[in-house]
Amino acid sequence: MTRIILGLAAAVSLSALAATPALARDQIRIVGSSTVYPFTTAVAESFGKASGMKTPVVESTGTGGGFKLFCAGVGDEHPDITNASRAIKKSEFEACQKNGVTDIVEIKVGFDGLTIANSASGPDASFTKQQVFMALAKQIPDKDGKLIDNPYKMWNEIDPSLPAEKIEVLGPPPTSGTRDSFAELVMEKGAEKFESLAALKKADAKAFETVWKTIRTDGAYVEAGENDNLIVQKLEANPQAFGVFGFSFLEANEGKIKGAKVEGMAPSFETVSSGEYKVARPLFIYVKKQHVGQVPGMTEFLGEYTSAKAMGDDGYLADKGLIPLPADQAASSAAVVKEMSTLTADKVM
Amino acid sequence: MNSSDLTAKRRSAERRFKYYGLAAIAVTVIFLAILILDIVVKALPAFTVNQLVLPVTIDATKVDASNPAAGDFPALLKETLAKEFPDVQSRGDKKKLNALLSARAADGLQEQVASDPSLIGKTIAVPISLSSGADLHLKGFTDAQLDEKQAAWLAALKDKGFIQHGFAWSFFTQGDSREPESAGIKGALIGSILVICVTLMFALPLGVAAALYLEEFAPKNRMTDLIEVNINNLAAVPSIIFGLLGLAVFLNGFGLPRSTALVGGLVLALLVLPTIIIASRAAIRSVPPSIKEAALGVGASHMQAVFHHVLPLAVPGILTGTILGVARALGETAPLLMIGMIAFIVDVPHGFTDAATVLPVQVFLWSDLPEAAFKSRTAAAILVLLVLLFCINAVAIYLRNKFERRW
Repeated sequence: MTRIILGLAAAVSLSALAATPALARDQIRIVGSSTVYPFTTAVAESFGKASGMKTPVVESTGTGGGFKLFCAGVGDEHPDITNASRAIKKSEFEACQKNGVTDIVEIKVGFDGLTIANSASGPDASFTKQQVFMALAKQIPDKDGKLIDNPYKMWNEIDPSLPAEKIEVLGPPPTSGTRDSFAELVMEKGAEKFESLAALKKADAKAFETVWKTIRTDGAYVEAGENDNLIVQKLEANPQAFGVFGFSFLEANEGKIKGAKVEGMAPSFETVSSGEYKVARPLFIYVKKQHVGQVPGMTEFLGEYTSAKAMGDDGYLADKGLIPLPADQAASSAAVVKEMSTLTADKVM
Repeated sequence: MNSSDLTAKRRSAERRFKYYGLAAIAVTVIFLAILILDIVVKALPAFTVNQLVLPVTIDATKVDASNPAAGDFPALLKETLAKEFPDVQSRGDKKKLNALLSARAADGLQEQVASDPSLIGKTIAVPISLSSGADLHLKGFTDAQLDEKQAAWLAALKDKGFIQHGFAWSFFTQGDSREPESAGIKGALIGSILVICVTLMFALPLGVAAALYLEEFAPKNRMTDLIEVNINNLAAVPSIIFGLLGLAVFLNGFGLPRSTALVGGLVLALLVLPTIIIASRAAIRSVPPSIKEAALGVGASHMQAVFHHVLPLAVPGILTGTILGVARALGETAPLLMIGMIAFIVDVPHGFTDAATVLPVQVFLWSDLPEAAFKSRTAAAILVLLVLLFCINAVAIYLRNKFERRW
């Protein structure tokens, strides 16, 4: 009995080891940002159903983790496409080049708006970026421009027009791409409004970065984990709290929560798309051109992604909460796919 | 203080202790009940489904008989629905009307016609999936995102008897999907079974062989002591470490394919190996030495005595330990993160080298999606996982009661 089991195990392991290297991959592999994941998966599924080819496997690894896998090399064991909620960094581009991933195609697929929202039963709010900075930064300048620990406990202490509620904001932890975007799009811009900090930026960019990146830890900002659904649930239970998350979650939970105005503009499909709502970031997918033609279905998949029925104003990605690109940018994305024009070093920042 | 006072004091202390124990159990039971009740209540909507049953004419101009799979089935369904509401004319209203249907509504019809092209030109009544919003609305969740017009159309369809309410078999027969109404558990369930098969095939023979050697044949020296200490330590290593090990050894070292049941099973085999070795050693040790000595006494070799007498008697204990180890492996997600099994995988895996995911990972993935209907799917997947674990533990208890012998 034991002999049979042992033999069986050995046979299975041997056959598995022998069979795998010969397997050329016939399935597209995608890694990367959890923000782009809901959209890429929808395209992958439609592509699989319509083409009859194997549905691409989409992993949610985060933008940075995605680039690490993507840039590790060319060949079957490395992914073909990575999702990114920001543009590729110079260091990542160089790592790619070093490992032989020389031909990268960058495709902009749409926008994601970041929203500051609260329960539908809570007060209406309208923030400026400066007010958000004053509420959430660990250190803020006093009236002489000297940095002091954030003294504010209530919103209306910052500005009488804000609700008379305790400052309590639920948001993503530092590991999240959403947090990075929030810091860059809201906190940095808010900090720049202070003369003393604008001067600091010129004198010591590093010190300035520390000021806007460091969020207070005295309980006013609550790190609520990567799961945006959880934040939505907590907001429903606690009408005085605000939450920070992607626009698609605001749209999917309409009626339960509402988005606050930022710089006088409420987040909506139209205002994000037109660029009037300023807290939005572009989303990308990066394609390994060297795999196109090697892994079956790459061209068709990218065609599906950039087609009007997916990425367009009435496309199914818009139903999933992606903010479509304006017409000219959508056309240029489609052109990039058609020509497969690769990214050059001078375009990477 | 006299002696009767002391006795009374001791007795009341004992009584108090009993109440503390009862209270502890009550708290545990209440928490468990709340947890399970919460999951069941949340999961219920996922097990039923409302479908639209409309007679659809398979128009030969829309579906080419030579290539039926490429036909424009979504347009067919939209036309059929539009016929029911001739007064819906504006573009915006039409869009809203079509939004009642699932984005994947035409898949079933497409499959049916592709497998039977003779249906082209005929009118057949087919069940059509509604969008998750419409489905939730019919189940009485009024905060589902339908506007007044959509709700009225849905009510009209219901009045005409076109809505069929039934058990959601699709939840058990389909793989993952981005549309909650067509997302199913089958892919993850098969993935879990494949992974557990690989785990068992590697961990059981290795674990039993290691246990037999250490218990019966190994010399007692520093080396075996060291091995023993290490096995015990290994059992307590956090599971994510095994994932990192799997990434380094199986993926980067052996070049095995990412996200597959084979690699997942191997990593989990490493994870449960110490558990199996420890349980097997205990089972082997509990077989009375007199049995082995009797075998040796009548002239059996050491190996014969072990394989003919000790091992068969130790099997129930080994199996119980193994099953409990497997039950642990079944609930793991962390080590699978590193080897790419936390992924969106639509196709149901057919073999050990197909991309696969497992039940707890499916729970994790669904819990993170924005659509409201995924909440009930998440709870339903948790229920399926709990039922599976319950069954496995029941098998372990059955085996123990049936075969265990007391000496």
